[in-house]
Amino acid sequence: MAEEITRELTMSRAMVEAIAGEMRADDEVFYMGEDVADYGGIFDSTEGLREEFGYDRVMDVPISETAYLGAAVGAAQEGMRPIAELMFVDFFGVAMDQIYNQMAKNTYMSGGNVSVPMVLTAAVGGTYNDAAQHSQTLYGTFAHMPGMKVVVPSTAYEAKGLMHNAIRDDDPVVYLFHKRLMGIGWLPAPDGPKTPVPETDYTIPFGSADVKHAGEDVTIVTLGLHVHRALEAAESLAEDGIGAEVIDLRSLVPLDTDTIVESVEKTGTLVVVDEDYRSYGVTGEIVASVADEAVGALDSVERVALPDVPIPYARSLENEVVADAGDIEAAVRRTQ
Amino acid sequence: MVALTELTEMYADMVTARHYEERLQEEYLEGKQPAFDISAGPIPGELHLAAGHEAAGAGVCQHLRDDDTVTAPHRPHHVAIAKGVDLKRMTAEIFGRETGLGKGKGGHMHLFDPDVSFACSGIIAEGCPPAAGAGLAAKKRNTDSVAVAYLGEGAIDQGAFLESLNFAAVHDLPVVFVIEDNDWAISMPKERVTDLEDGSKRADGFDMPGRRVDVDDAVAVYDAAREAVGRARDQNGPTLLEIQVHRRMGHFMGDPESYRPEADQAAAAQRDSIERLADDLRAAGTDDAELEDLRAEAEARVEEAIEWAKDQPKPDPAAAHEDMWVNPPSGVTDSEPDFDLAGGED
Ligand SMILES: Cc1ncc(C[n+]2csc(CCOP(=O)(O)OP(=O)(O)O)c2C)c(N)n1
Ligand SMILES: [Mg+2]
Repeated sequence: MAEEITRELTMSRAMVEAIAGEMRADDEVFYMGEDVADYGGIFDSTEGLREEFGYDRVMDVPISETAYLGAAVGAAQEGMRPIAELMFVDFFGVAMDQIYNQMAKNTYMSGGNVSVPMVLTAAVGGTYNDAAQHSQTLYGTFAHMPGMKVVVPSTAYEAKGLMHNAIRDDDPVVYLFHKRLMGIGWLPAPDGPKTPVPETDYTIPFGSADVKHAGEDVTIVTLGLHVHRALEAAESLAEDGIGAEVIDLRSLVPLDTDTIVESVEKTGTLVVVDEDYRSYGVTGEIVASVADEAVGALDSVERVALPDVPIPYARSLENEVVADAGDIEAAVRRTQ
Repeated sequence: MVALTELTEMYADMVTARHYEERLQEEYLEGKQPAFDISAGPIPGELHLAAGHEAAGAGVCQHLRDDDTVTAPHRPHHVAIAKGVDLKRMTAEIFGRETGLGKGKGGHMHLFDPDVSFACSGIIAEGCPPAAGAGLAAKKRNTDSVAVAYLGEGAIDQGAFLESLNFAAVHDLPVVFVIEDNDWAISMPKERVTDLEDGSKRADGFDMPGRRVDVDDAVAVYDAAREAVGRARDQNGPTLLEIQVHRRMGHFMGDPESYRPEADQAAAAQRDSIERLADDLRAAGTDDAELEDLRAEAEARVEEAIEWAKDQPKPDPAAAHEDMWVNPPSGVTDSEPDFDLAGGED
């Protein structure tokens, strides 16, 4: 019998616990980012780390993303294990060359002779009216370009296990944490992400999607914040006798197509929910992957994603483009 | 000597800006209390207020015309006010209303007022290249308009800024880069992220004049900017200015500022460019009653803008899907000519 875990953590505490654990175990792990030292990360991603490990290992860096993300690539290629944080994923633009032409490609271009064991962390997501330049998730952007493992925790339990695996992995891992899930005082989280978290170190394998809610009638595939919105929709659908199976992808690269296909073979109905833009992105990719393997099983398909517009500022406008539980429920009902 | 009318105009801009920020702070926090929740209250999203930066806005923009382009960063209100941005529509935008400058789509970090050639944006230093582009357009068209890019001292390590300095220098563009040095980039003190005490020295490597205004003083800024803007207007190329300002509030509203020594906070609250300019005005013959009138007028203008903004309708959700394109998605045409590409032979 597995021991019962009762200690609950917020997602940020769980993320920090994994980083601290790896930093204690290995002197070569260090963290770089803006406002990660004294502030503890704008989204609490490094809260308390500077106090334990000092400024040399929890480094505030100049607002020079190209330099410090590229420096992380270089240090990783020397065999160190840097973690570098983009405060908001939206800032990737100023440093994308280092990310996708170096971090992501060097292993392949070297014929496997070079490895880049680093983690790129970034805050993602909207729902608090931070507008077009500070609200994106960009899941699809990173998952599209080959060479990066892309992981997205939805709860504290996942945050810790995925982070341990990310730091230990010898390849570059992009770890995208949703601001709304972190449990930050000024940005209240929904109920779901605060979960029991084992005190011991543990790793969650990438490419293992998790069935967060079992159901027979429809498969809802999602990630990040929308796992919780989908679970809310599932509860309300259950009242009408519609059984929704909610699958939390947990990683986009690698993608656990097996778990999705197995579920769709059972339900015949696929609803993919994403906070990223609709076109050329995650929702299209999931539908295509299922079609590749089991097109005959697909009776009905719906996509719920951001329409192809930048994220607007006013609350009424942002709510229109970012799906809530009601939008997910409505999409499911359209399939029935 | 700065003419009394100019001193008075700068003073009006500065007290307007200060009162504006103080009132926005109040409005913003309303509904976000007792436990601060960023997604509650009448003003959506993040809010970066510029109390303590007023001299940099007024002292530079005093030399600008409506056709001179200004790009500002995430802390834009004092610059917008000095540039003459429509205060009511700017306020409506900040409150996320339909009649705002961007119909509620942009928000406080993304204000656009083409009538006075003003724009701001939220990614560090990203306003620098477009300012250089406005300068490029002026140069190509042989007009005497100029462009000004504002940035924080934390932004001087960003590629977009450094590349723009070089681009403007090599093409002799009519651009003035203005660094507002408030000693802090969120929680990072300047000395932690750069070895340069005087950011205007960045100019040296690009063979461009650079000058630091060491005191938070509107007249000193005015003098430095007169030279820099004049140089640009006379088609003699770009200048880099750095201005010492002070951050009187948190980086954003809700910032606990636990990283900031109390002495530093207190010092920022003391050295007040507005009081300094009031002294200059008194020395130039303005009496206290006139100063009081100027303040009262500014406050009334701010109140009127806020009241008006709060009265404006919230955007219809369907509007989220509009304004993506100026032309239809098909471009300037929706039909294709019927050519005989085979040359007519069969
Ligand atoms: C490329 C990029 N990196 C990081 C940020 C996050 N950020 C917003 S404001 C800020 C500090 C800016 O400091 P400074 O330029 O000195 O301006 P101030 O806020 O002091 O006015 C940071 C790091 C950003 N917006 N863009
Ligand atoms: Mg600053």
